[in-house]
Amino acid sequence: MLSRKLRCLALVAGITAGFSVSVSAQSTNIRIGGLATLDGPFVALGQEAFRAMELAFEEANYTAGGRKIEWIKESSDGRPDVALTKARKLIEQDKVDILIGPMSGGEGLAIKEYAKTAPTRTFVNGFSAAQETTLVSPAPNFFRFGADGAQWQAGLGNYVYDTKGYRNVAVVAGDYSFGYTQVLGFMSEFCAKGGKVIEKIWVPNGTKDFSSAIARIPNKADAVYIMMGGADSINFLTQYDQSGAKQPLILGSNVSDQTVLSAKGPFQRRLVGLPSAHMVADGIEDAVYKDYVAKYKKRFPDGLSSPSAPFYGYYVATKAVLAGLNQVAGDLSGDQAKFRAALSKLRLDMPAGQVSLDENRQAIANIYVTEVARAPDGSLFNKVVKVIPNVNQTLGHPREAFIARGVPSRDNPSCP
Amino acid sequence: MKLLLLATLNGITLAALYFIVASGFTLIFGMMRVVNLAHGSLYLIGAYLGHDVAALSGSFPLALAGGALGAALVGMAIHYFLLDRYQGDDLRQALITIGLSIIAADLLLARYGGLSYQFELPEMFYGSMPMPIVSGYPIFRIVLIGLAIAVYLGLWLLVQRTRFGIMIRAGVDDRHMLGALGVNVPLISTLVFGLGAALVGFAGVVGSASLSIAPGEDARYLLSSLVVVIVGGMGSLPGAAIGALLIGLAEQIGLAYFPTYSIILSFVIMVAVLAWRPYGLMGRPA
Repeated sequence: MLSRKLRCLALVAGITAGFSVSVSAQSTNIRIGGLATLDGPFVALGQEAFRAMELAFEEANYTAGGRKIEWIKESSDGRPDVALTKARKLIEQDKVDILIGPMSGGEGLAIKEYAKTAPTRTFVNGFSAAQETTLVSPAPNFFRFGADGAQWQAGLGNYVYDTKGYRNVAVVAGDYSFGYTQVLGFMSEFCAKGGKVIEKIWVPNGTKDFSSAIARIPNKADAVYIMMGGADSINFLTQYDQSGAKQPLILGSNVSDQTVLSAKGPFQRRLVGLPSAHMVADGIEDAVYKDYVAKYKKRFPDGLSSPSAPFYGYYVATKAVLAGLNQVAGDLSGDQAKFRAALSKLRLDMPAGQVSLDENRQAIANIYVTEVARAPDGSLFNKVVKVIPNVNQTLGHPREAFIARGVPSRDNPSCP
Repeated sequence: MKLLLLATLNGITLAALYFIVASGFTLIFGMMRVVNLAHGSLYLIGAYLGHDVAALSGSFPLALAGGALGAALVGMAIHYFLLDRYQGDDLRQALITIGLSIIAADLLLARYGGLSYQFELPEMFYGSMPMPIVSGYPIFRIVLIGLAIAVYLGLWLLVQRTRFGIMIRAGVDDRHMLGALGVNVPLISTLVFGLGAALVGFAGVVGSASLSIAPGEDARYLLSSLVVVIVGGMGSLPGAAIGALLIGLAEQIGLAYFPTYSIILSFVIMVAVLAWRPYGLMGRPA
């Protein structure tokens, strides 16, 4: 009896000893969680995200502010509930100090709400770009160093109205918060010019057979604006091509991304010359940017033909975290207050231009209007046709007036 | 009118694909009572292998054969080494196949990466053919209907009209008696499993030629096969055909007229069928 009690005690002692070791390890190392999608339709984007974090950490030699960095990865499948579960696991079980992620629009909204319940940690957005995440009731410990989906479309509406001469456009887009955000960004310029969006077709995320959505595109549309993520957009492009439809396309940001352009298939021949816009473009003619591409190609020889937008998003986020940690010399005391103050004031010189934050901790950054072109080696890339400098979240409108227009949704905005 | 006609055509062609995927599933379940939850992984394996064969040989028929053969070999290995020894132990077999599907998904991601792949179809199958009212329709989707009908007839003939089919059916009814008559029952089971796997591998190549191959497709097709087979009745070939038609039409007509709710529609059909006929439309109590 006694011996059993003793053994029990010894066991407890052993466990506590183990705990104290891990606690002391925590106080010297900074634990950073990475959340991206290695399941579901955004797998290619998730791989890019983790490559980006890896490169940024390696460049810093896994240290920041004089402290070692421990990197813990988790995968979601693009759904908000899964992202939330994984974020909880990182924060509550792995006890990360800083979380970088998530990937997709709806996930971002869920993580922002969760951030409010974990005020002692800092959340830095990866690539999710729904507008409400930072525009409406933002979390004080949630930072987004990438532009949102509406910002990404700055300049595109004017470009297709003025240069391409489109007047009536039909929209086929993913039925989720990021889809609404992108369409709002496109429409706010296009409708202001006097263009009409005559039909909006929302397709559920993860749709693989778009043929009935394609059948609904009205004949009198001059062009079709499309926005869906990852593998879905490749299915759409193929089926659109096979259906014999003739109308030209306007590409939402995810459709012109390298994760789509690098995919192999007969749909590729339809892409050349199609306009799009994003916070980064692989055709940027700038020494800093070319250096960044060279680093990517050297480090990831089995990667894409040039770094994708999700790579850029996670890279900027990780660089921002490292810069913030360096400024406060790794001091995360006082519930990370100093670190957060440093993050808010950062001005980062990134490969696609300078990034700074507004009062909601949302990025102000350059946007690139592009057209898909073929490089001499046969690969597709986005040729820059116009740069819109320092686009803010309200797209240049006064904040109150912009918020009063309402959050993006299936029916907002509307100009039939 | 044009939209309704197009949506119906799309529904039928999607149903053709669902049927080819689900026929292998229902064959394996109906004949051996194995709920093979790695069915989606076999789809993906067939699709990727078919893609490799097409890239090497440049021939689409060879890709179809390669995808089917590769999936069949993997399927037979799974059955021979892992499932056969637990014959009749449903829960254990289900858990083994779930485990296998998770391992396969990660291995395929490591080997093929996250990007989507597509086939270069032969010129004669690519593009659209002229048609009344709807003006043009993708040729390959019409080919899909023909393939599904061929699979249906082939399976029906095999099971109902051949000696091998008689042995399969006898094995379902009384495994031990069949063994006592001198038939190598484990071999028959492994062959049937291989046939089911070959069908889904074939479907993988066909499906990725009309849509695309990407990680995550395994779960989608496993789910669609489950829904189709549950609606149609486990183990029934005509049931799988009817279930595939119902689900395919529901998805496409839903996508055309009320896209937001199109996903729910398939499950509403499933619930309604289960409430009315708990064993599925053509199913019998096991």
